Amino acid sequence: MRILLVEDDPTVRSFTAKGLREAGHVVEESDNGKDGLFMAVSENFDLVILDRMLPGGIDGLRILQTLRSQNNATPVLILSALADVDERVAGLKAGGDDYMTKPFAFSEMLARVEALARRGRAEQAPQTKLSVADLEIDLLSRTVKRGNERIDLQPREFRLLEFLMRHAGQVVTRTMLLERVWDYHFDPQTNVIDVHVSRLRQKVDKPFDTALIHTIRNAGYILRAE
Amino acid sequence: MMRTIVAFVRLRLRSAGLSFSLAYGLLYALSSALFLSFLWWRTTGLMERQVEQAVDADYHALAEHWVQDGLPGLVLAIQDRLEQNVDDDAIYLLVAPDGRKIEGNLVSWPRNVTRTDVNYERAILRDGVKATSLLHAYDLPGGCRIIVGRDIRGRAILRPLLADTLVWSWVMVTLLAVGGALVVRGIFKRIVSSIARTTAAITHGDMAQRVPLMGNEVDLVAVVVNEMLDRIVRLMDGVRQVSNAIAHDLRTPISRARAQLEDAALNCHTTDELRGAIERAVSDLDHVTAVFEALMRIAQIEAGARRAAFETFDLATVLTDIGELYSAAAEDAHLTLTTALPGEQQFYGDQRMIQQAVANMLDNAIKFSPQASTITLSCAVDSKSAPQRRVTIAVSDEGIGMNESDLARASERFFRAETARNTPGAGLGLSLVQAIAQLHGGHLELSRRNPGLRVALVLPLATKPPPRTDRNSMTQDSSASHLSATPVLVSGSA
Repeated sequence: MRILLVEDDPTVRSFTAKGLREAGHVVEESDNGKDGLFMAVSENFDLVILDRMLPGGIDGLRILQTLRSQNNATPVLILSALADVDERVAGLKAGGDDYMTKPFAFSEMLARVEALARRGRAEQAPQTKLSVADLEIDLLSRTVKRGNERIDLQPREFRLLEFLMRHAGQVVTRTMLLERVWDYHFDPQTNVIDVHVSRLRQKVDKPFDTALIHTIRNAGYILRAE
Repeated sequence: MMRTIVAFVRLRLRSAGLSFSLAYGLLYALSSALFLSFLWWRTTGLMERQVEQAVDADYHALAEHWVQDGLPGLVLAIQDRLEQNVDDDAIYLLVAPDGRKIEGNLVSWPRNVTRTDVNYERAILRDGVKATSLLHAYDLPGGCRIIVGRDIRGRAILRPLLADTLVWSWVMVTLLAVGGALVVRGIFKRIVSSIARTTAAITHGDMAQRVPLMGNEVDLVAVVVNEMLDRIVRLMDGVRQVSNAIAHDLRTPISRARAQLEDAALNCHTTDELRGAIERAVSDLDHVTAVFEALMRIAQIEAGARRAAFETFDLATVLTDIGELYSAAAEDAHLTLTTALPGEQQFYGDQRMIQQAVANMLDNAIKFSPQASTITLSCAVDSKSAPQRRVTIAVSDEGIGMNESDLARASERFFRAETARNTPGAGLGLSLVQAIAQLHGGHLELSRRNPGLRVALVLPLATKPPPRTDRNSMTQDSSASHLSATPVLVSGSA
C-alpha cells in the first residue's frame, strides 16, 4: 500500500515509517502541514496518516477538510495527542475514518492501518456469507458452520466472530474489538475481551483439529487459515 | 488639551458610581424645581383671586346701598369706606352718566377701562404717586358707573420676593442634592471597593480573604462572590492534591522504567534479556499513559464540560450489556455475576460515562473478590415523586471490603487502601465514578457489607433536559456538586 505519513515529530515519524515499511508498505513522509497538503492532493495514496497539530500554519483537520471538499475519499487515520471525546468526534466529523491518540503502540496502529485499507475494498460488495477455511458464517440467517457441523453462538459472540472474519488475515487489537463489537470507548482494567475471545474459541476452535483464532503477543488476535 | 478633558469626562461618566449619583442629583434638582414652580404659581394665583373676590364683595355691598338708599346712600357708603380704610388700598370712583366724578379717590375715569366683565390691572396716579392697582368697572342702573379696585402695590413687591425665596431654596436643594449624590457615590464606591479589595487580595494570592457581610442588599452579591471563592479554593486544593499525587504516582512508574532501561543498557548481555527489559519498561510507560488519561478525563468531567453528550437512553439495556461483558470475566475469575435489573428504565444522561462508571465499579469488584463469591449488579428506582426520584445503580461484592477510614477516602484521587496495595491499579477508578456521579447531579455511596463492599451510584432521574445554564441553574449546579463533594457514607451492613 502507498501511505502518506504527515507527522512533525521526527522520532515518531521515523519509527512509524520504519514499521510500516517493514510491514511491506510504501511510505511517503512529510513533516509539516503545507507539504503534507500538497502531497495529499497531488498524488494518489491508499491511506493518509495525519497528525492533528502540525507546524506550517495548516493543521491536520484543515488538510482533511480540503481533501474531502475535493471529493477525495482516501481513507484517513488521524493521529493526535488530543484525547478528548469531543476532539475525537471533531476529527471523525471532519471526514476522518479512524482516530488514534498518542502515545500509541505500533501494533495498534498497524492493525488499524490494515483494517482501513481493507474497509475500502470490502464495502464495495455487500456480502451475505463469509468464510475462512472450513468456517462459514451466514450473515442473513445468522448461522455458523464449521465443516458440516453447526455451531450455536450467542448474539454477541456472533458479532465478535463476524468482525474477526471480516478482518481475516489481519491483526485486530483488543481496543478495536471493544470499540467495534461492543461500541465501548474506555479501557477496562480487567481482561474482559480476552475472556470473550477465549469463550468463542471454546466453541469455534476447541472441538476441531485446527485452530483459526490465534493470539498475537502484545498486539491482539488474528483469524486465519494456518 | 480639549481632547484629554473630553476623554477624562467620558471616562468618569463610565464610572457606575458617578453616573448613578449624577442621575440621582439631576432627578432631585429637577423635581424640586418643578415642585417650587408649582408652589409659586399657586401662591400668586391665590393672592390674585383673593383681591378679585374682595373687589367683587365690596361692589355687591355698595350695590345694596344703592338699592336701599339711592345715589346719596351710595356716596355716603363710599365716603365711609374711604375713611375707615386703614390700609389705604381701597380705590373707588363713582361717575355720573355724563362722566362727571361724583365721589371717589381716583382723579378721573381711566381711559382704557371700558368693559365691565374683566379685571384691569392698571398703573394709576394716587396722591401723586404711581401705583399698580386692580380695577373693576360696573354699570349702575340709571347710567351711573362705578369702579371698585384695590391697590396691589404690595403684591407686586411680594411676587419677586417670593420668586427670589423660591429660587434660593431651589439652589439650596440642588446643592443638597449634589452633596447627597456625592455621599451616595461614596457609599457605592465603598461597597464596590470592599468586594474589589477582597478579590484583589485573592488575585495576589491571599486565598483566605472573603467579602465582609454588611447585613444589607450587598450581601446578595457578597454571598455569591464568597461562594465562588470557596469553589475556587476547593478547585485549587484539588489541583494541588492532584499535582502532589502526580508527582508521586507518576514518578514511580517513570523512574522504574528509567531504571529498567538503564540497567538493560549496562547489564544485559543477550538480546532476549534486552527485549524483556524493554518490554517491561514499555508497559510501565503504558501505565503512566493510562493514569494520565484517567486524570485528564476526571478533570474534564469535573469541569462540567461534558453535558453536551446528554441524551435520553434505556439504562436497563446499557447495564445488561455491561453485565454481559463482565459476566464472562467474572466467570473466568471463578466468580458469579448476578444482575437485578428492571426491564426498562429511561434515563437522561451521558451513556458513555455511565458505561465507564459501571465498568469501573465492576472492575473493582472483580479485582477484590475472593474465588467462588458473588458480585451483584443492581438497578432500582426509589418511590419518591418525579423531581426527587433517584435511580441507584449498585455493585455489591463479598470481597475484602474497606474499613471506615478507608471508605471516607476511597474516592480521593490516587487513594489505595492498604489491603489493595498489591493489586494492580492506580487508585483512580472511584474518583472517576464520583466525577461522573457529580456530572449527573448525583453522588457516590459506599457502604460496608458483611463481608464485602457496596458501591452505589445514586443519580437523579431526570427524563428531560434541565434548563440551559442560566444563572440560577448554575448556582444550583455548583451547590449540588458542593454538597456531594465527599461521598456519602453509610455504615453498618446494607
